[in-house]
Amino acid sequence: MSGTDARIRLKTLIFLLITVFSNCVGDLSLKWGMGHQRQHFSFTPRVFLQTLFSPWVLIGVVLLIVWLLSRMALLSWADLSYVLPLTSLGYVLTAILGRFFLYERVSWSRWSGTLLIVAGTAMVGLMTRPNTTAQQKDNS
Amino acid sequence: MLLPWLLVATIIVCTALGDLLQSIEMKRHGEVRLEDGRVGRLLKNLARRKYLILAVFLMALSFFAFMKLLAVADLSFSVPATAGSFVLETLLAKLVLGESVDWRRWTGAFLVACGVALLAW
Repeated sequence: MSGTDARIRLKTLIFLLITVFSNCVGDLSLKWGMGHQRQHFSFTPRVFLQTLFSPWVLIGVVLLIVWLLSRMALLSWADLSYVLPLTSLGYVLTAILGRFFLYERVSWSRWSGTLLIVAGTAMVGLMTRPNTTAQQKDNS
Repeated sequence: MLLPWLLVATIIVCTALGDLLQSIEMKRHGEVRLEDGRVGRLLKNLARRKYLILAVFLMALSFFAFMKLLAVADLSFSVPATAGSFVLETLLAKLVLGESVDWRRWTGAFLVACGVALLAW
């Protein structure tokens, strides 16, 4: 394994962790904020801006901006079809957070649907090597 | 309940198209290296790219629909349901970007699609 290969693997791992963490906590914070509004949410400017700038929604938005930027960076050297399934593991973690932090009633079909999504993403992540631009250059 | 699924559909289409444009433009830009350039210059460089601006617009649309979805539905429904964008994105990655998508990735995409379908139960 060349030095470039090891470097890009470590960099990919770090950016994957940042991407998943900011996505999960961002979604949780956003849901918490949306669930604790005094008024019914709508797209009229006043209600929309008031909602957007309420503390938990704002924290959620900031974390999701971190998510967007770290994922954009990741996409500059890794394949879309490699990045997506791995980061979508975060979607599933968020569903678990919903169960334990928001006390949502999660039916058996919802758990199995969520687990199928984990299975689908794990299948791609565990069984294929990352296709990165650097690797393709090394091979040629 | 039709509204949550309409919002889910909006999110899936906007996210998939947004990601596609992002990937095209970031690949054209080349690997992002924070150690050999200033962040400000990097952002200025990226802000000039048309596809990237359109991508950000689509992500914003998707985000507003997601806010509304969180207001009307559970977090444990909303988040896995939007994972449906992965199926559309795998298709687009293959058809538009010409990425090599082998049988494992197709099977993965199929399982995710089944998972999302189960959420409707």
